[in-house]
Amino acid sequence: MLTILFDGIAYGMVLFVLGCGLSVTMGLMNFVNLAHGAFAMLGGYVAVLAMQRLGLPFLASLPLAFLAAALVGIVLERLIYRPMYAKSHLDQVMFSIGLVFMAVAGTDWLMGSTQQFIRLPGWLQGRFEIAGIGIGRYRLFVIAVCGLLAFSLQWGFTRTRFGSRLRAAVDDARVARGLGIPVNRLFALTFALGSGLAGLGGALGIELMGLDPSFPLKFMIYFLIVVTVGGTSSITGPFFAAMLLGVADVVGKYLVPQVGAFIIYALMVVLLITRPHGLFARARA
Amino acid sequence: MTIALQTFDLYKSFGGITATDHVDFTLERGARHALIGPNGAGKTTFVNQLTGVLRPTSGRVELMGEDITKLPREARVKRGLARTFQINQLFATMTPLEMIALVTSERLGRGTHPFRALDRDPDLVAETAEILTRFRLDDIMDSRIATLPYGKQRQIEIAASFAARPSVLLLDEPAAGVPEAERRELMQTVAELPDDVSVLLIEHDMDLVFRFATRITVLVNGRVLAEGTPDEMAHDPAVRAAYLGEGAHV
Amino acid sequence: MSAGTFETRVRQALYASRRWHPAEIVLWVLAIAAFLFFPRQWLLLNEIAILALFALSLDLILGYAGIVSLGHAAFLGMGAYAAGLLAKHGTADPLAGLGAGMAAAGLLGLLTSPLVLRGTDLTRLMITLGVALILYELANSFGSLTGGADGLQGIMMAPVLGLFGFDIFGRTAYLYSLSVLFLLFLIARRVMHSPFGLSLRAVRDNPLRASASGVPNGRRLAAAYALAAAYAGAAGALLAQTTQFVSLDVLDFHRSADLMLVLIIGGAGYLYGGLVGAIAFKLLQDVIASFTPQYWMFWIGLFLVLFVLGGREMIHGAIKKIAGRFARFGRGGAQ
Repeated sequence: MLTILFDGIAYGMVLFVLGCGLSVTMGLMNFVNLAHGAFAMLGGYVAVLAMQRLGLPFLASLPLAFLAAALVGIVLERLIYRPMYAKSHLDQVMFSIGLVFMAVAGTDWLMGSTQQFIRLPGWLQGRFEIAGIGIGRYRLFVIAVCGLLAFSLQWGFTRTRFGSRLRAAVDDARVARGLGIPVNRLFALTFALGSGLAGLGGALGIELMGLDPSFPLKFMIYFLIVVTVGGTSSITGPFFAAMLLGVADVVGKYLVPQVGAFIIYALMVVLLITRPHGLFARARA
Repeated sequence: MTIALQTFDLYKSFGGITATDHVDFTLERGARHALIGPNGAGKTTFVNQLTGVLRPTSGRVELMGEDITKLPREARVKRGLARTFQINQLFATMTPLEMIALVTSERLGRGTHPFRALDRDPDLVAETAEILTRFRLDDIMDSRIATLPYGKQRQIEIAASFAARPSVLLLDEPAAGVPEAERRELMQTVAELPDDVSVLLIEHDMDLVFRFATRITVLVNGRVLAEGTPDEMAHDPAVRAAYLGEGAHV
Repeated sequence: MSAGTFETRVRQALYASRRWHPAEIVLWVLAIAAFLFFPRQWLLLNEIAILALFALSLDLILGYAGIVSLGHAAFLGMGAYAAGLLAKHGTADPLAGLGAGMAAAGLLGLLTSPLVLRGTDLTRLMITLGVALILYELANSFGSLTGGADGLQGIMMAPVLGLFGFDIFGRTAYLYSLSVLFLLFLIARRVMHSPFGLSLRAVRDNPLRASASGVPNGRRLAAAYALAAAYAGAAGALLAQTTQFVSLDVLDFHRSADLMLVLIIGGAGYLYGGLVGAIAFKLLQDVIASFTPQYWMFWIGLFLVLFVLGGREMIHGAIKKIAGRFARFGRGGAQ
């Protein structure tokens, strides 16, 4: 049972890395970006290609996934996301759904619709026992990497100048601009970072969540849950939300396999009924 | 029933800030009562608690002797309490005709009727026409509200609140932002309100206050500083010091 | 102006907003004419009519109540399964199935309305998406009832009104769907021009002023949401009955996403957006599918992106220019 919990934590960690970028960009620009999953998918496929076509080791493919997604993020933000900030939420939703459709169909055409598999390096395969609990090596690796990322992000968010500017801009973009904070540039960087993290998460998640062209659609709801439940004004909020989600999903699917997915949807609905503004959201002035 | 609206020990705090400091307030039937005070005194917060936009931390609000403290906004309107907003809250995509028709239809209880057409309702048509005429909106009734000048929009704001046929009308800075040229018409509208409507006016424009009010309450830092006739207030040293200032024209 | 004549003016002005525009009548006549002129397209026309009804139902909540929903397919599916199951296990009378579909979906709408009315736009998106996903999982899990991934098969329908049997060409199907669409449309039109409809417009325009005018915002929106859900349920029932088959696809996300596209093409808030959008969307889909059946999702996505980025303004601007030319032409001719 504790193994299941452990698996859930690993799963939640990946969900955190995947979703925190969306959380911050949503809080910053009030933009509903349903295409976030497409960046994750991009990272995953880049990692696969790097390993299969370029022969790179798994560890080297991870930063590549991050960079590729971040780069695409910067370009897209500048070219097509910017004009969308001023539009209505409906338009933003439709726009990002359009992007998802393009990404899904495009990937299907380029890479085929089958699941992608990777060969993990030997030292990440298998599991070892500690006090009767089966600890998967890969899952431990994931927890370590994502945990480190979480700490760095939290540190960067709360203790650096970039972080404080970001928090100011999330709080009130107009005032931040008035204080001389270059909000546009801030957003471009944040979007790139968020997309890069999504790409990294996508690569890390291949082993845990699978990878095929329908990834952005399948996991759209997961990212959205992390954002709505975790709130958009912190790093810790999405972290705990992702943990909750990961554990609930894995445990639920294990205990009640017939209606596994149903559990997190029901949980989400219940959470949103009781706290319509998220579990960790600050009250916006 | 000589008291239209009354608050008992009304108290509102936001975290550490006290916005309404144990206010006992009485609005008489047929009153022409003004509430004045410096910026940040808590006048709009007070009105928001009267109308149900804000929940008081403690205390009671009574309308015509009935406790309305826990009632939702729309229920208070049904019981005869209406207000205008400091910043116009209008239906920008509608015309004055549609907006007044909406308020009238709710007042007549037609809001739940999904099938009868608006023009087939003689009471609705008659009342809407009457309000449009009374507030001099007849010539612009078909123009989209968003295209009308600010003074006219302010007129509509008052007309819409009045269309609910309230027994108590709260006017939150009706002259705010209205250009000098259009102020006269607005003041005339306020002066022409019928005697059976009890009016509470929040204003900064002292001209309007002293011309309109027979009773004034001064609110400072959420507390009632003084209350009395305009004459008494104009000569009260505490009021002069706190609000009117030494060189103010009375 | 005397009080009496002004009252008449007011009455006329209120009437003017609900008067039938000649273009409306032309549209409906064309819809019936299509039956006569395109006998080989009856099945496609049937699809368009059902999609138009589905889009009309979304217009009621999106265009009139301002609620952005990503899971409207939940009601489509509810109506489809309810109608299908009734036909299989109860009565095969189409109108009974229609009623069952509408009632089931309407009830679901009413039950989920409190969820949808709280929170921000984002929470609303989440909740609507979540409800649709939950329903999908439920339909998938209870395979013995719903047929699961294989779908509900073998739905045999009795003749409509006992007279018009369903045929493989879609003759009865199209006329049946068109009639239901028209009837429900008439009702929706009536409702939107009623005091209730006016209050919905008020809530969408300015909820603060609406409640300050005595409108119980939550209750009205819930009623509108339930009505919209019932309409979507009707579309689902028609789908089940005219295709004699219900699959999980009816609850799939792409149904909700496609529907939003239909409505933004046609425009929301004037009741005809769904109809116009449905025609445009189906034609678009047909065209794209003919030269790239597998990857049409890509082109739909591209269309969506371009449309929202600036295409909408271009298209609407062009339409306005053309309409302006016709107006001037008409006026010139009258001289």
